[in-house]
Amino acid sequence: MIALLRRDLALALRSGGGFGLSLAFFLIVVMFVPFGIGPNSATLATIAPGILWIGALLACLLSLDRIFQLDYEDGSLDLLATAPLPLEGVVAMKALAHWLTTGLPLTLAAPLLGFLLNLPAGGYFWMFLSLLVGTPALSFLGTFGAAITVGLKRGGLLLSLLVLPLYIPTLIFGAQSVTLHLQQLSNATAFSVLAAISLFTFALIPFAAARALRVNLR
Amino acid sequence: MSLWEYANPRRFMRLTDIVLPWSAGGAALLMTVGLIWGFFFTPDDYEQGSTVKIIFIHVPAAMLAINTWFMMLVTSLVWLIRRHHVSALAAKAAAPVGVTMTLIALFTGAIWGEPMWGTYWAWDPRLTSFMILFVFYLGYIALWAAIEDPDTAADLTSILCIVGSVFAFLSRYAVMFWNQGLHQGASLSLDKAQHVADVFSNPLYVSIAGFILFFIAMVLLRTRTEIRARRMSALIARERQEAA
Repeated sequence: MIALLRRDLALALRSGGGFGLSLAFFLIVVMFVPFGIGPNSATLATIAPGILWIGALLACLLSLDRIFQLDYEDGSLDLLATAPLPLEGVVAMKALAHWLTTGLPLTLAAPLLGFLLNLPAGGYFWMFLSLLVGTPALSFLGTFGAAITVGLKRGGLLLSLLVLPLYIPTLIFGAQSVTLHLQQLSNATAFSVLAAISLFTFALIPFAAARALRVNLR
Repeated sequence: MSLWEYANPRRFMRLTDIVLPWSAGGAALLMTVGLIWGFFFTPDDYEQGSTVKIIFIHVPAAMLAINTWFMMLVTSLVWLIRRHHVSALAAKAAAPVGVTMTLIALFTGAIWGEPMWGTYWAWDPRLTSFMILFVFYLGYIALWAAIEDPDTAADLTSILCIVGSVFAFLSRYAVMFWNQGLHQGASLSLDKAQHVADVFSNPLYVSIAGFILFFIAMVLLRTRTEIRARRMSALIARERQEAA
């Protein structure tokens, strides 16, 4: 499992792996918001948590179709499926690698971009923490979507249509755990449900995704 | 004699030969009676005026919109567990009916909401949940359309339906947490006191029964079409094999 993780990380980090593309995309989305709605800092401050969450979510979506597509095309996915490691473990490692190369950098960049959007001072800690806890769920759900669409020729657009509705609860609870804190309200419920969704996806999504992969490799 | 016997496509076709005309006829009759009774023979509400009468379309459509997804979940599970093709085809056949019902519920709600709430659309939990349900339907239908091999398509859409059900359910509670509602509580319930006066609820029951029969007729008709399409492609494949 560790070997697979290292291989995926190496593939993502070397040239052509697309590492950094998501970060650039995140920056551009955040930069476009003031262009769209005007540079008024008070307005930006109120929408900053939501924009950062939506930006991170869309940036995460961008790299999903690479999770299985290349391995499927060159046949290494067939080898992984026949390897002694259960396919569920492969899926979990793929999702973890995706998170380490996408979710984690986005989380680290979010406070910096929050500065651009005039995020109020109290929001940085929760912005960081909610993304840290929430983005793994995005990677796992995205891995499920990638597993379903892996056999399709032009699965990219369909992938977003399938995955985005699944992201709704994560987005709501993630953005709420920041905004509620900024409104001086308790964000304990929102944050613990966000953590629960993440743990839930770790536990069950690998099984659904592995099942979908087996169907696609049949 | 059990329900599973009708998983055999031939038996299913023979049974639905009989059931389909009855459910279609019953739907036509009950919908005509329920809607005419509801529209022309009920008094105007003292607060809502005649706009209250949209309830005879809105409530049955909304009920079916949710229950169609539930039916798809059950038939998807049956397909994954027992591999009955009719079950997978029924799920495929039901999805467009469900998405239409969702749209009808959203549109009739908007038409009613404008004079009553002063707005066609508000980000109310119930309205938002229906919008979310709508995108879940779209994803499901798009996945069916995208995959060529019928068994692969049935497998993958079933898995999507199960995972989607969990997250659709979760989304419903998420939006309830996220915003307070404008929409009134349930119009009908089994365990609580009455919410709607008798003059309105009686034609509503007739109308709901009509919509349910209409749904059954539509799903049976569409499932039969799918079975016939499947038979036809099998025949074409066989002919091609013989020719080669």
